[in-house]
Amino acid sequence: MKLTLRVWRQKNAGAEGAMSTYEVDGISSDMSFLEMLDVLNERLILAGEDPVAFDHDCREGICGACSLVINGDAHGPERTTTCQLHMRSFQDGDTIDIEPWRASAFPVIKDLVVDRSAFDRIIQAGGYVTAPTGSAPEAHATPVPKADADFAFEHAECIGCGACVAACPNGAAMLFTSAKVNHLNVLPQGAPERETRVLDMVAQMDAEGFGGCTLTGECATACPKGIPLVSITGMNKEWLRAARKVGKR
Amino acid sequence: MARTMWDSTVGKKTVMAVSGLIMLLYLVAHMIGNLKIYFGAGEFNHYAHWLRTVGEPFMHYEWTLWLIRIVLVVAVVAHATSAYQLSRRDIKARPSKYVHARPRSSYATRTMRWGGVILGLFIVWHLLDLTTGTVHSGGFQEGHPYQNVVDTFSTWYGDVVYIVAMLALGLHIRHGFWSAAQTLGVGSRARDRALKTVANVLALLLTAGFIAVPVGVMTGVVS
Repeated sequence: MKLTLRVWRQKNAGAEGAMSTYEVDGISSDMSFLEMLDVLNERLILAGEDPVAFDHDCREGICGACSLVINGDAHGPERTTTCQLHMRSFQDGDTIDIEPWRASAFPVIKDLVVDRSAFDRIIQAGGYVTAPTGSAPEAHATPVPKADADFAFEHAECIGCGACVAACPNGAAMLFTSAKVNHLNVLPQGAPERETRVLDMVAQMDAEGFGGCTLTGECATACPKGIPLVSITGMNKEWLRAARKVGKR
Repeated sequence: MARTMWDSTVGKKTVMAVSGLIMLLYLVAHMIGNLKIYFGAGEFNHYAHWLRTVGEPFMHYEWTLWLIRIVLVVAVVAHATSAYQLSRRDIKARPSKYVHARPRSSYATRTMRWGGVILGLFIVWHLLDLTTGTVHSGGFQEGHPYQNVVDTFSTWYGDVVYIVAMLALGLHIRHGFWSAAQTLGVGSRARDRALKTVANVLALLLTAGFIAVPVGVMTGVVS
């Protein structure tokens, strides 16, 4: 495959960025999108140019490191992570636009790499349980109804990649935050912090400068792990419940 | 608690949802009342007079009406203020656009902000036209709403402004009602289809019901 790539190049956080055009040839349709970028970078290095910086780690679709907005879609045209997107999703001769996540809470560090530490601070605000869990506990020690376990697991699938923020026209982190809140709030281990968790995490989310939810549904469409839009509804419910309870104290 | 609500994006959105639902409830009553115009000047004017005497003798003349007006003004101000503040925040949170742009979300969703502004301007015109009579075409007669309505919809601009605003209202309700349910945490997977259907039916009925009045005047059924 021969492709034309238009890639966002930006020297550092303070520099002005722009789209640069590159031609890549000899791309196999079996390559992953990141392997295609590796081919581009090898050529850039050989030519003595600065390679394109992009985030990646496990390349198995489970770590949440890779990002990239490909042709306007977070993680590209398939419902998966960029590392699990393959070149067979494109046609020979295509022009592909590659941009970083766009949100003021995710500032660009270099090229396609953005700073997602705002997510870490949201987790620090309440995305944990205070009960000492030690090593994996005996499964019957704390009974969890099957439906609750499934619900928690569905939300625990969130890998914190930030595609929801990138896709949201308001740069909101509601889907990410709701995945964490729903995951822990439904389990007995997470019950002691049920109210403070949702209040603190939403407050941190606001403090980081993420936008608000206008229910466009773009986040859930972009999510490689299929966290549903109704998670946000669930978090709103938890937040209102917590605000009422804490208000009475 | 009030502070927690207003300082949070989730809380502010709740203010929007609740004030929106109050206005929606009012619109349903308003639309049904409007349709009485098809039963002639007598019944329509009698209904308009009754609105001023609701609750008597406990309530004085027009007290109930003013109570409703106050609730509505508070709802409009709360709705618009929270929408403005949240929108400012949303725009700031996404300062740079994608080079590769594509239309995102449905038409109703994308037009919520401008649709809201259109509706706000419409309310001002609507009150100046048919409540105070300040910008009314043809002599405004206090206590003769039937004739006043016929006057307004006998002008081409009266019809255009009204019909455009009602179409905007339909779109606003279509996304707004369903969104309010999500914001208040009453949506769920099982209820999603039902909520979307109710939103669409409400939007359609209100738009059709309101537009029926200028259409009645334009076709000569109401004169």
